Amino acid sequence: MNIIDTIEREQMRADLPDFGAGDTVRVHVRVVEGARERIQIFEGVVLGRSGSGLSESFTVRKISSGIGVERIFPVHSPKIDKVEVVRYGDVRKAKLYYLRGRVGRRARIREKRQA
Amino acid sequence: MGRAIIGRKIGMTQVFDGEGRVHPVTVIEAGPCYVVQKKHTATDGYEAIQVGFGTVDKRRISKPMAGHYAKANVGPSKHLREFRIESADAYELGQEIKVDQWSEGDLVDVTGISRGKGFSGPMRRWNFSRGPMSHGSHYHRGVGSLGATGPSRVFKGRKMAGRLGGARTTSLGLKVVKVDPERNLLMVRGSIPGANHGLVTVRDSVKAKA
Repeated sequence: MNIIDTIEREQMRADLPDFGAGDTVRVHVRVVEGARERIQIFEGVVLGRSGSGLSESFTVRKISSGIGVERIFPVHSPKIDKVEVVRYGDVRKAKLYYLRGRVGRRARIREKRQA
Repeated sequence: MGRAIIGRKIGMTQVFDGEGRVHPVTVIEAGPCYVVQKKHTATDGYEAIQVGFGTVDKRRISKPMAGHYAKANVGPSKHLREFRIESADAYELGQEIKVDQWSEGDLVDVTGISRGKGFSGPMRRWNFSRGPMSHGSHYHRGVGSLGATGPSRVFKGRKMAGRLGGARTTSLGLKVVKVDPERNLLMVRGSIPGANHGLVTVRDSVKAKA
């Protein structure tokens, strides 16, 4: 196998659950404050995943006190402690950028029915 | 001590550091190299070491070169490069040079042959500005004025279109992000000259100090 692939594969993590656009996730982020490290939780809807391999990332959007907040996480970042999937959403697009223009009931996403 | 090594550019990727930050890195497969010859001020007029990298079948080299390698008691190498150092006495003939002479955080310069871009216009070659593309303009990507009319000639060194790339280029002051002695890999932050699999030389940074 070529060297670049080997280096990338070594850094990739396999412990994250399978999730994608439309799913509601709780991302546990390691935050360093001075000498102390604590876990911060960012919960919201995944707008989409972008990129591939080691450089893949995903965007999470939430509404924080009336203001839309989006955060982009590298999937394989060691700063992510864990990702919990709260709800699997049923969507027809890979990227949910249309949610940015919607609020309240119009921004709802149907829950995926278990097969 | 001026440390140096010969290697091959493998390609670019990214690595996460201990704090979870992403660094864009170029991977260089460097060494093991062997000191083939030492040059001294008394005999050669300057201090340097000649270093060999890569292996080549001994039937492929001439007898004079075979003798040259035999003096250092090393096998024939594919590439030979010379590095000027303060004192060649710091090295032994036949001494192995590996990537573990560097550690994370060191600053290095990487020299290679940049990718050849062929005959390129002045915009690409010298970062000239573009002219208006429309509104009756007939001046688009041209070279513009070649100078004043007074001297009745074009001064030497005028920036014009011509061959771009394929020249020896050095990237200065790159930070070593990771060293992997087991696989002879060196990862430096940022890009380095040349195409993948191109030959490069890495040396201690001349200008920037860690």
